[in-house]
Amino acid sequence: MKGRGTAKPLGALVLLFALWNGGLTLFHGWASLWWLGLGVDFLLIVGIAELLGKMIPPAYAPLYRRSLSVSFPLLLFIAWELLVRGGVLSPDWFPPPSRIVQALWELITKFDEFSKTSLLGRPWLLPGAIGGSRTETVEELLAESHLYATLMRVFVGFFLGAIPGILLGMVMGVSPTIRTMIDATLSAFYVLPKIAIFPIMMLIFPDPFGEGPKIAVVAISVFFLVTINTMVGVRDIEPVYLEAGRNYGASGFRLFYHVILPGALPVVFAGLRLALGTALIVIIAVEFVRAKTGVGFLTFYYWEILSPEKMYAGLVVVMVLGVLLTAGLKKVEQWVMPWRRP
Amino acid sequence: MDRTNGASLKIRASHISKVFSNGKGSVEAIRDFSLEVKEGEFLCIVGPSGCGKSSFLRILAGLMTPSSGKLEIQPGEDTSKPLTSMVFQEYAVFPWKTVLENVGFGLRMRGIHKAERHAIAQSWIERVGLTKFIHAYPHQLSGGMKQRVGIARALANDPEILLMDEPLGALDAQTRMVLQEEILRIWEERRKTVVYVTHSIEEAVLLGDRVVLMTAHPGTKKAEFPILLPRPRDLKVTATPEFGELTYTIWEALRGEVLSAMESTGAGSSKGVG
Repeated sequence: MKGRGTAKPLGALVLLFALWNGGLTLFHGWASLWWLGLGVDFLLIVGIAELLGKMIPPAYAPLYRRSLSVSFPLLLFIAWELLVRGGVLSPDWFPPPSRIVQALWELITKFDEFSKTSLLGRPWLLPGAIGGSRTETVEELLAESHLYATLMRVFVGFFLGAIPGILLGMVMGVSPTIRTMIDATLSAFYVLPKIAIFPIMMLIFPDPFGEGPKIAVVAISVFFLVTINTMVGVRDIEPVYLEAGRNYGASGFRLFYHVILPGALPVVFAGLRLALGTALIVIIAVEFVRAKTGVGFLTFYYWEILSPEKMYAGLVVVMVLGVLLTAGLKKVEQWVMPWRRP
Repeated sequence: MDRTNGASLKIRASHISKVFSNGKGSVEAIRDFSLEVKEGEFLCIVGPSGCGKSSFLRILAGLMTPSSGKLEIQPGEDTSKPLTSMVFQEYAVFPWKTVLENVGFGLRMRGIHKAERHAIAQSWIERVGLTKFIHAYPHQLSGGMKQRVGIARALANDPEILLMDEPLGALDAQTRMVLQEEILRIWEERRKTVVYVTHSIEEAVLLGDRVVLMTAHPGTKKAEFPILLPRPRDLKVTATPEFGELTYTIWEALRGEVLSAMESTGAGSSKGVG
């Protein structure tokens, strides 16, 4: 009954949408009025989605909402594609999504003979290298992969930063003396942009252009975030859990293992999630500045040789990496903290 | 009539004081509080909010040290048993442990091996009616069920003295009544020494052998009332005239305190008594 009441306005909105876009196209209005065209389109789409939502039976409401969150970005890509093809947006700055996808495919499947690299290197040679029938070794083949370079730096840096960060954070959370001694220094280092200490790292390490300084910068960024979050996590444990632990005979390491550690874990993982994102940001920035490998280098390289679709493809890789790494951490979190599973 | 006549003393607290101090000044939570509890006695401490009754319980539990005074607790014959186990108002059931692990926690800390520990924990879980939830995590349980876990955890630990800090304070009225009867039923089986803190006079009269009235600012003993209602008790006792008389007598003694406490804290807190 309710649905019938909204059917008419819905039809009117769809008609208006068609007329507006058709009219703009017919009278060549897009070139000068594209911002107005898109703005009105957005409002019309919101109206249509709202009315559609009212007509959907409640059982399908979650499905409808999910499809909304997927189809809107898709719609954006279509609009982008059409605006470029219609000559409104310049393909030099905004290559159409179809060409970005194509560039991404090339990056993955083709080995760039000139720069001797690609996103994945030449994985198709790996079986031969492992079998010993090729002149290239496995290490050499891996070194050709920019994705592998970035992932290695993120992973190694993340672990080298997170493990001492958790340890120091726990100690600071438990001991007021150590906390008082270190807290101010930690806060001062925390606000420092970590990319700014990259030159110092290059001075410290014997090979300034090797992996050492890059991994060190990632590790340091991760370390401060994880330390601070772990400390807060320990301090935010409800005092009554500590009382219960002590009253039931736990002290020292057993109090730590049974009460403090699990009590702090949710905030520790919030810190790890933040740190993982930051690790990715830092490594891409470092690779922009000074690296001969990595997704960041690849992105910057294609800017230098003016290949915008490949530059965009590099950015897409970074975004996908971010989503996948965060999802992976979420899985680890559910595995470590089964009591929080819904 | 005093059922605890002749029983040995379990707790002797003499002239206990507790002062909390920080940089700005100090607050006297407990002043010159003396109390004796006999073996197998169910003692209730009633008082207005902030009268230091929870602090006294924490001193008994060894979680706090008194600023002055002397506390003696008579250990049992089996010295491997813990002196006290506490049931907390906020349940304090570990969210990261299952019902079974929570109930067996004290036993595990005492080094009792898994098979025996699980057997003891299981029998207590059964007695509080949570067998179906034995492997559940606390977030899957209601408040009343969580507190059942808290009570089972304390009893599985088999302490010399059971300390209960407003254990039913956070529950709704109906759940509270169900758990009051459960506490009575379980206590009648073993007659363990209990120190039970509450701000509900009815609850104290229903459960206790003796009610100690505490006053606030600073917390000290104001009066004591023996509760001679027949045992075993259940909620039916609340319908008797004796119950009503006792409750009103204690309320009369407490009323002045509550009023002065409300005046001293300004507009008066929303927390009632009883």
